[in-house]
Amino acid sequence: MSYHNPYTPPRKSATFDDYTLAEIRRAAATGIYDIRGAGTKRKVPHFDDLLFLGASISRYPLEGYREKCDTTVVLGSRFAKRPITLKTPITIAGMSFGALSGNAKEALGRGATIAGTSTTTGDGGMTDEERGHSQTLVYQYLPSRYGMNPKDLRRADAIEVVVGQGAKPGGGGMLLGQKISDRVANMRNLPKGIDQRSACRHPDWTGPDDLEIKILELREITDWEKPIYVKVGGARPYYDTALAVKAGADVVVLDGMQGGTAATQDVFIENVGMPTLACIRPAVQALQDLGMHRKVQLIISGGVRSGADVAKALALGADAVAIGTAALVAIGDNDPHWEEEYQKLGTTAGAYDDWHEGKDPAGITTQDPELMKRLDPIAAGRRLANYLKVMTLEAQTIARACGKNHLHNLEPEDLVALTLEASAMAQVPLAGTSWIPGKGGF
Amino acid sequence: MDISVNRESLEAMRVFDLATTPLRELNSALHAIAPGTNDTNFEVVNPRGSHAVAVGIDQPVTVDVRGSVGYYCAGMNDGGTVTVHGSAGPGVAENMMSGTVVIEGDASQYAGATGRGGLLVIKGNAASRCGISMKGIDIVVHGSIGHMSAFMGQSGHLVVLGDAGDALGDSLYEAKLFVRGTVKSLGADCIEKEMRSEHREKLAELLERAGVTDVSPTEFKRYGSARKLYNFNIDNAEAY
Repeated sequence: MSYHNPYTPPRKSATFDDYTLAEIRRAAATGIYDIRGAGTKRKVPHFDDLLFLGASISRYPLEGYREKCDTTVVLGSRFAKRPITLKTPITIAGMSFGALSGNAKEALGRGATIAGTSTTTGDGGMTDEERGHSQTLVYQYLPSRYGMNPKDLRRADAIEVVVGQGAKPGGGGMLLGQKISDRVANMRNLPKGIDQRSACRHPDWTGPDDLEIKILELREITDWEKPIYVKVGGARPYYDTALAVKAGADVVVLDGMQGGTAATQDVFIENVGMPTLACIRPAVQALQDLGMHRKVQLIISGGVRSGADVAKALALGADAVAIGTAALVAIGDNDPHWEEEYQKLGTTAGAYDDWHEGKDPAGITTQDPELMKRLDPIAAGRRLANYLKVMTLEAQTIARACGKNHLHNLEPEDLVALTLEASAMAQVPLAGTSWIPGKGGF
Repeated sequence: MDISVNRESLEAMRVFDLATTPLRELNSALHAIAPGTNDTNFEVVNPRGSHAVAVGIDQPVTVDVRGSVGYYCAGMNDGGTVTVHGSAGPGVAENMMSGTVVIEGDASQYAGATGRGGLLVIKGNAASRCGISMKGIDIVVHGSIGHMSAFMGQSGHLVVLGDAGDALGDSLYEAKLFVRGTVKSLGADCIEKEMRSEHREKLAELLERAGVTDVSPTEFKRYGSARKLYNFNIDNAEAY
């Protein structure tokens, strides 16, 4: 009897998958690590893994469109003479002029202002355009100190001391030569066209004791008027939050690994830092342990996309959220309208992340004068405002269904988790059970 | 310290005794100065290592601090003349925009960090990271400076009459460094450069502004960026 070896299909390695193989070949061919924008692309436990329970016999809901569900948030009430009040707890995260075009920064300011919220400068200083178009502007104080000056400190509405960001906790900024135009170079005191790598540590303080003195200095310079935020990446949220509070922060901004960056190493984005979901409860716990929950406000960012995400972050104890990537998408980033041009760049709408190259077809992550013209800041600002309002309405819809007359009244007890991982991270029960991994003895 | 002499001239000189007056009152008074006013002379006594003394000045006031200060004295100074008759803690004159800051004693780490303009004179020694990330400030140190000074310096001048520690000018951009004594080691991408006439002229001007009269520009060597790290090249990665 003859034996015929039956056909077996070729089997690719799960460890050495197509993307991994391509990355090895790319590194071997180019001699440089992959640099890109945005946040992590790997799947991590996220807000999608949580559900609200809504009302039932034991909880009764509020009427939609009739019974008020308040969304206002006050930030900076601990020490600042002039805390800021926002109509919605959804703020715009720090993104630099330099990484973004002037029109994009203007659009963010316009959209945030229409929606009654704040926008934030970035690693490059404050431009007149964004100050002029932003009713409430948070001025970032970064290790590079590009564009830092006392006049802009005083015309800001709040100051955000940036210790880290979720895409790269422990990493500095990066703006490659293609985007260092004359204006960007001038604002940063750098020669045109060089690769600009911002420092990862502040030049004049180290550790929480120094930070306390640095915050004192900033308060003295601005006569104790401005709320002072401290922004950290999602690394050690319990201790980072506690130390920020100890150092005198009015607000803690905590950015998980889904939070975007203008440019950094892919290996950094994908392998350093924790998912946003894993950061919130430890940070809230730190505030509660110090008796500072709701006194020092907590802003959560990194992968916030919808009103549901907002409601979930707030239910877990945050006071507000910040959006970056989602705001860019709202104003036109990665829009299929430019698909033909994305294809020419070897990518596709939805995947374009070479923001450091300055070739953005949508005219957002570029300093190219012709590309920049493609973004109408007024129309784009309107789109952002619409999006912010929709998210706010969505969060209110959920909060009303849970019987809450303020978004801040949402609580962990309104949530269940769909997965064990999310249950453990968010510290809410696995759906249909009363079990939270790590709680109750096992 | 007896401050009675100063009180006699109170009309011309406003005295803040930090032993009895909160820091807030001093900085608040400095910020309340109206442009063009004559009331511009301040004296601070008993600073006793206070932090953030005379920060955020934005008018051409004169402040004499009688004693030593803590962190960030004269931070973000924009147009004031601040003299510390003692030593200064970390970050003195950080991010200075314009004006003059003189330290009669020594200065701790990060002196003149990220400064954008003005003149910082340290008559004693300065510790590590003097002029770190400097962006246009001129710094003259009569004594020596510590390691990693002028790290990532972008522009401005650092003049050292004494010696420099390890890794001077590491990852330097366009700041110009002049050292009269020895340099223990140069940082990545920092090299000794030719001292041309325009550099000697600039150095002479800086020495004069800093009150140095007995030293010639010819005694200094100039250091600057080799500019090899301006655009990334994998073969330079070992420089880090």
